[in-house]
Amino acid sequence: MNAPAKPNDYTAYPDAAGRFGRFGGRYMPETLMPLVHDLEAAYAAAKADEGFQAQLDGLLRQYAGRPSPLYFAERLSERFGARVYLKREELNHTGSHKINNCLGQILLAMRMGKTRIIAETGAGQHGVATATVCARFGLQCVIYMGAVDVERQKPNVFRMNLLGAEVRPVHAGSATLKDAMNEALRDWVTNVHDTYYLIGSAAGPHPYPVMVRDFQKVIGEEVREQCLAAEGRLPDAVVACVGGGSNAIGLFYPFLNDDVRIFGVEAAGEGVDTNRHAAAINGGRPGVLHGNMTYLLQDAEGQITEAHSISAGLDYPGIGPEHAFLHEAGRAKYLTATDDEALAAFQLLAELEGILPAIESSHALARLPEVCAEVGKDGIVVVNLSGRGDKDVATVAAHLGRQI
Amino acid sequence: MSRERIEARFAALKAEGRSAFVAYVMAGDPDPATSREIVKGLPAAGADLIELGFPFSDPVAEGPPIQKAAQRALAAGMTLRGVFELAADFRRGDQDTPLILMGYLNLIVSMGFSAFARAAAEAGIDGVIVVDCPPEEADPLADALDAAGLALIFLATPTTDDKRLPVVVNRASGFIYYVSVAGVTGVKEADESAVAPNVARIQAASGLPVAVGFGIRTPERAAAIARIADAAVVGSALVDEVAEGLAMNESVTTRVLSKAETLSKAVRFARVGAAV
Ligand SMILES: Cc1ncc(COP(=O)(O)O)c(C=O)c1O
Repeated sequence: MNAPAKPNDYTAYPDAAGRFGRFGGRYMPETLMPLVHDLEAAYAAAKADEGFQAQLDGLLRQYAGRPSPLYFAERLSERFGARVYLKREELNHTGSHKINNCLGQILLAMRMGKTRIIAETGAGQHGVATATVCARFGLQCVIYMGAVDVERQKPNVFRMNLLGAEVRPVHAGSATLKDAMNEALRDWVTNVHDTYYLIGSAAGPHPYPVMVRDFQKVIGEEVREQCLAAEGRLPDAVVACVGGGSNAIGLFYPFLNDDVRIFGVEAAGEGVDTNRHAAAINGGRPGVLHGNMTYLLQDAEGQITEAHSISAGLDYPGIGPEHAFLHEAGRAKYLTATDDEALAAFQLLAELEGILPAIESSHALARLPEVCAEVGKDGIVVVNLSGRGDKDVATVAAHLGRQI
Repeated sequence: MSRERIEARFAALKAEGRSAFVAYVMAGDPDPATSREIVKGLPAAGADLIELGFPFSDPVAEGPPIQKAAQRALAAGMTLRGVFELAADFRRGDQDTPLILMGYLNLIVSMGFSAFARAAAEAGIDGVIVVDCPPEEADPLADALDAAGLALIFLATPTTDDKRLPVVVNRASGFIYYVSVAGVTGVKEADESAVAPNVARIQAASGLPVAVGFGIRTPERAAAIARIADAAVVGSALVDEVAEGLAMNESVTTRVLSKAETLSKAVRFARVGAAV
């Protein structure tokens, strides 16, 4: 690692303006700026309130099923020649890490007196988690979802409907996650008086990236304790897939100042050397979209280009600003995995461990050979299994040319 | 010129005792050549100032009409360079009508703030409105535009309360754009009784003219706003004429300009007989 001589405190970000180095900020239309400031103040107050934290902890335990296990994957370890652990976020209620953030934000929305919740979703996991907490607390819920994603994640659309949410398909642009986020922002601008925008990833304007990180860092904090208990020491490497980057930053953050290697895996679609991928860091450059300065897929002029990934949850042309910062600081390394590599990893985990991973999480699994080679036979690697793969069965079947 | 051109125009209108009609069109919509024709025709159709949208792939503050206009312009190959060429061409034939660019930050970040400001000044552009660049993030852009003599025009909205207003007007120049409805462009209607006190409040805080836009689609609305503000901005209703013209296979230029004429007349005569 090219760590600075006097190590930085990588956990000290963002600053008061919401900046992680040169990334982040709050690039929002004026109508929303007062709301963004209100949210920041309300979040600061909630964070300082022990009652808030206690209520959240209770829900995380009793409702979401935390802590999630840290599972020693024996056969994967044999295959790749290192001690491989899986952080089982797919066992949470609703089947992914998204519930951690939704529980935190819904409590905040209620503290702020908001009665209507909107969210964007790609894979539908965040939409399902949002619809779930809205049902639990009796709040109105509208989910924006790209029309392409509505098609490839049908089971999740129906789940949201069962939970009482209205799913609005978005046909603009590439009809995927970016367009769903555009439409959610348009809704928010229009309904500022009663609406809370529950962003699903560590992206968007300040304070969302830091707030979502704080609600997801429970993942890394548990891994830390669980790994110390099982192995008597910290892992040598942690690995997670990166869409907007919430499951990844949740795992990474508690290890930022430790001697632990950090790997994010971006979706390379049909390859980063093609124009059909979703690798913002590996195939993009800095710019401003959806309220923050970060790495983006864009053309020479700055028009945002369409992302592509087999995984709806990673099919986004940007990445959370903290990841852009960790990349430029050299603290985390961002690798890529193609659609085909993710598919192969999906099947491998099913066959070796009896677990169907989300196609998003499969991207992280796909880089295990390289990461394991780096840490060696006695090295400990923790992979975030951010979600379960039931929702992806139809997509995988289609790619394998099977009828179901 | 630049910033002074905006000041001169508002001063002249004030002397005439009337409000300005500001026409918004999307540069390159439906194609660069037609768009050039439209922009050139706007002053004769009564536009006192022109707002020229520059198309962006992800316009989060726009409703469907302007979203579609941006898509048409991009599909027809419009670029920021193309917008500057269009502006320069317009400026060769018109030295008095202020030309304001309106759009989103990423294209400007991509070009670089100083390079953008210089190119805009050279093209005869007088001011810039950047929808997703609030005062909190505006310093680097404001510095670059200052150096080039261009105005940075800020937006105030119904959510901009008295506490926040000083932040918004701090580095504002040219005029303040009051977004009269909480919403995207071209959907909700402005209600002048709710707008009037806000206009007065912003005039007092900024010492600048206040233009009102986002909710004005008809001559009646335009006249009502013209009675209480320094300028009435119409965008979506003009852009809709492009879409209609294309759909009905009629001259887009004629449709947009005749709509602009109707609206500008409404603004021009709004205060006749009314106490100013
Ligand atoms: C299971 C799962 N993992 C990962 C992601 C990607 O999001 P993030 O990068 O915010 O963790 C998603 C998004 O839908 C998801 O459903």
